[in-house]
Amino acid sequence: MKFRTPSGGRIDRRQPISFSFDGKAYQGYPGDTLASALLANGVHLVGRSFKYHRPRGIFSAGADEPNALVTVSRDGARSTPNLRATQVELYRNLTAISQNRWPSLEFDVGRINDSLSRFLPAGFYYKTFMWPRGAWKSLYEPAIRRAAGLGRAPTLPDPDRYAQRYAHCELLVIGAGPAGIAAALTAADSGARIILCDEQAELGGSLLSDPVPSIDGKNSSAWLEASLAKLGANPRVTLLPRTTAFGYFPHNFVGLSQRLTDHLDSPPPGLARERLWQVRARNVVIAAGAAERPLIFPGNDLPGIMLAGAAHTYLHRYGVRVGSKAVILTCNDDAYQTALDLQAAGTQVGAIADIRPAGGGPLTAAARSAGINIIYNATVQGTRGDQRITGVTLANTDLDCDVLLMSGGYTPSVHLFSQSRGKLEWSDALKAFVPSVSAEAERSAGACRGIYGLEEVLADGANAAAHALQLNRAPPVFEIDSPERRRDSFLGALPGAGTSGSKSFVDWQHDVTTRDLALATREGFHSIEHVKRYTTTGMATDQGKGSNLNAMSIVAQQLGRPIPQVGLTTFRMPYTPVTFGSFAGISRRDLFDPVRTTPTHAWAETQGAVFENVGLWKRAHYFPRPGESMHATVARECRAVRDGVGIFDASTLGKIEVVGPDAAEFMNRLYVNNWNTLKPGRTRYGILLREDGFVYDDGVVARLAEDRFHVTTTTGGAPRVLAMMEDYRQTEWPQLKVWLTSTTEQWAVIAVQGPHARKVLEPLVTDLDIGAAAFPHMSVARGKICGLPMMLFRVSFTGELGYEINVPADFGRRVWEAVYAAGADFGITAYGTEAMHVLRAEKGYIIVGQETDGTATPDDAGLSWAVAKSKTDFVGLRSLQRPAMQSANRKQLVGLKAKDGRTVLEEGAQVAERPAQRPPMQLIGHVTSSYGETTVGYPIALGMVAGGRARMGQTLYVPMPGRDIEVEVTSPVFYDPQGVRINA
Amino acid sequence: MPDADWLRVKPPAARLLLQADAHARAAAAAVWGVPFSEESCRARAAAGRATLWLGPDEHLMWQESREAELPIVELAHALAPFAHSLVDVSHRQIALEVSGPEAAVILAGACPLDLSLQAFPVQMCTRTVLAKAEIVLWRTAPENFHIEVWRSFQAYVEALLREIARP
Repeated sequence: MKFRTPSGGRIDRRQPISFSFDGKAYQGYPGDTLASALLANGVHLVGRSFKYHRPRGIFSAGADEPNALVTVSRDGARSTPNLRATQVELYRNLTAISQNRWPSLEFDVGRINDSLSRFLPAGFYYKTFMWPRGAWKSLYEPAIRRAAGLGRAPTLPDPDRYAQRYAHCELLVIGAGPAGIAAALTAADSGARIILCDEQAELGGSLLSDPVPSIDGKNSSAWLEASLAKLGANPRVTLLPRTTAFGYFPHNFVGLSQRLTDHLDSPPPGLARERLWQVRARNVVIAAGAAERPLIFPGNDLPGIMLAGAAHTYLHRYGVRVGSKAVILTCNDDAYQTALDLQAAGTQVGAIADIRPAGGGPLTAAARSAGINIIYNATVQGTRGDQRITGVTLANTDLDCDVLLMSGGYTPSVHLFSQSRGKLEWSDALKAFVPSVSAEAERSAGACRGIYGLEEVLADGANAAAHALQLNRAPPVFEIDSPERRRDSFLGALPGAGTSGSKSFVDWQHDVTTRDLALATREGFHSIEHVKRYTTTGMATDQGKGSNLNAMSIVAQQLGRPIPQVGLTTFRMPYTPVTFGSFAGISRRDLFDPVRTTPTHAWAETQGAVFENVGLWKRAHYFPRPGESMHATVARECRAVRDGVGIFDASTLGKIEVVGPDAAEFMNRLYVNNWNTLKPGRTRYGILLREDGFVYDDGVVARLAEDRFHVTTTTGGAPRVLAMMEDYRQTEWPQLKVWLTSTTEQWAVIAVQGPHARKVLEPLVTDLDIGAAAFPHMSVARGKICGLPMMLFRVSFTGELGYEINVPADFGRRVWEAVYAAGADFGITAYGTEAMHVLRAEKGYIIVGQETDGTATPDDAGLSWAVAKSKTDFVGLRSLQRPAMQSANRKQLVGLKAKDGRTVLEEGAQVAERPAQRPPMQLIGHVTSSYGETTVGYPIALGMVAGGRARMGQTLYVPMPGRDIEVEVTSPVFYDPQGVRINA
Repeated sequence: MPDADWLRVKPPAARLLLQADAHARAAAAAVWGVPFSEESCRARAAAGRATLWLGPDEHLMWQESREAELPIVELAHALAPFAHSLVDVSHRQIALEVSGPEAAVILAGACPLDLSLQAFPVQMCTRTVLAKAEIVLWRTAPENFHIEVWRSFQAYVEALLREIARP
């Protein structure tokens, strides 16, 4: 650690720790970042640039870092690419590698791009790869995709946990620099809940690296310690270090990403790696600070060229001298302090090259009396060096150096303010955009709105909090002792940049130079949004934190327009990248979605059932015996229902209780059926349309009393039918006295189907006569089963004699097992959804969403018998009356039977009138359902075919690869067309 | 870490959903023994029974035990003069209790509401979500939350809360 100062900084010097970079071992201290530890070892070269593969060094000390992007790995699954080394906290045995280089960082083949750069101008993708056209897909695009992107995403599943939390507060302070801390201190005693977050490991912002000022008579770090202790002791204050406010959403909803374990030597297993905070804040104070602005001159990207403020931070916070011989290039006084401090620490300062004509404030004299050579009106003609700067050529001087520290003033960090949809305004004095009109209950404070002096910053933070919370007392006053500094700014390229052969970089991360921007404007790109997309300036992961304003200024200059007229590009979340894991949080694996199971689920499991997902539900698909195939199982289950008796769990069907004096009127207005003629104790098949006249849902509706209907829906349709009903009830017909209650989960529904169904149930049912005469098809009644309350339906979705037992859900399993036991003598067979589908298809019963696709009317689906002719209105009626909806050539439900009696059609296959057509073929329909294992002795299919009902007996063709399958159009009812069995 | 029994499945309860106006509610309250809150999102509780405001004309009537029969007949009689809907939903949902000093923080892992005592005082109740499950949340004591959730979501909600409660 040759460049470590003998003392000072906030690192823990007691115990050095080892880490590796590109396979080489180094040492650092707890409290270091990867960047500061590398610099302490004299390592500046850390990466290759994106396009030209130029060697690049550590540039900044924070989130604005464009160059030092590294991959940090703990193991194969825990590997994160593109981390900014300036933000990676050092831990024992940290392993990092550089990116975008091959075979090594020092010797990189991709560097050839730099020599070829005149063939790779801005927009070269669009110019170069347009011809020959066919080469785009086969050659250019794959090659570009290989070259694109930085780093490699891990391919193993992420083994870490990610936590999430919602939080609410009266004041969220983003950024714990002096402004943020002053805001929190001011609000702390008001009773408000305060969250103070900062992206860094320690709270304090600029105070962590600026020992000079004293606040209220204490030096800055003592004041900081006392202030944080005071805030930490307040139970209404939540301090969140390592927490980046990455996104600002409507109504002061702010996303925070807190890193919990990435900084630990070896995180305890099971501990959450990160926590995503979703904060709803009554007020927000943004105290996000400012980023130092780089200067643009030829050869400004050599390793060793970095921001002066970063050098200041490395020296005071980490105890690292960034080099042995420094030249300072500046337009403001802060860099003079850096020069003085570096010199005091033993770094030789070759010169302060001040681009201002006559320097700045009192620090100029201090620098001069310290013997530092000061050059005014400075500009840079070029730099020397290959993988590290060795010298810089100023207008009349040539200086040797190993670091060139630059400061072009500051750019307020307006990212979050801009995300909050606040309006920015241009400040000529600051040469920057600053927050103007807030769109939310939000205030910016301190450097992020262009206030840079510490005393003013503290006062601004205090004021922001006092105003936000409407505190009726004067905010605290902070006494500052600090020398005056002039903080001028410079914008755009230094004179001479872009004229020599060397590149002057504007956007380091995306390798955009002054010449690229000039070329774009010459080629007609005048809007900054177009220039941005053409040159990709500001589009890297750093979002142009250091480059945007310089780029705009250069474009403005080229176009001869003032900057505000060139405009500002949009800031988007995230401020810095956020892991996918953080967004996924707990919604992974078993918790990705709720898994809903029915009361008989555990029983079905013991019977070896295979389940299928139906929405969020698990339903028994079929019940194979050991070694039995699905085909054989389904065939056996179907046979059992036809010949004996089957038992089926229908609990997932949606159920809605419609109750009130106007219940029948409500049902009449919604459903196509006439409910006035339905007597209590009877049920009817109901159809619900949308306003466009197409089938939305169906199900059996029971009238339990004059003012009470029990409506069943499809499994998947339950929530949307209830929502539609509530919508009409509340917004269209609020005068109707009717209410809705979902009872889907109140009832376990056990379907008992087959010729022996009655014989199985009769011994179990009491208080109810279920005989054919007393309880005919489509009846409903209350009674008891096994002594438990029951609502019994005589309904059938199989075509056989059938009942559906409804019992309160907690009794579902008990009743199921009792029925199953009682049915043993009749060979009762549990059947799953697949057999249910076959049995209903044999009867031509549709499934909404399978036969219908959102464009089928009741008549299309063969259900016009259900539509009440007497009614003058129901939802969808007016649409049904349109001529096109009554055309005889609409697709209609038919049966389809392969002529060979063997072939099973494919669901979704098309139907054609003529065989052996060439594309474009004329297709008149499609197959909606198709089953091989039937009880009728041959495969069957249902389909929707244009004018299908007039085609009975016709031969049509189902075109498949290489052949046409001949099919006969039949009635959709393949089994018991007279309905004898159902009425047994 | 929360206490060992911070998450508890409550014994099977009896429940009725009453949808009706204030006159009908007054008649029902006389039978039920617990008044109905006219203030939004508030529950009233007494002697093993409670009423939870779920909407301007919608209240959940909750009885902690199924041992005692629900007074359906008496309620029907009292409510007969009024337009109303009374539906037994005892088995539709189950109740969980989250308790202890960490209760509100654990719930904040999946519920977007402000659960501070000021914003969500004792006896406040509301429909809300716990991640992807719809629930009714009812604060029965400063460190006690009662959750009503449809029965098929029970496994999800329990697993979710246990995952959130991990450090």
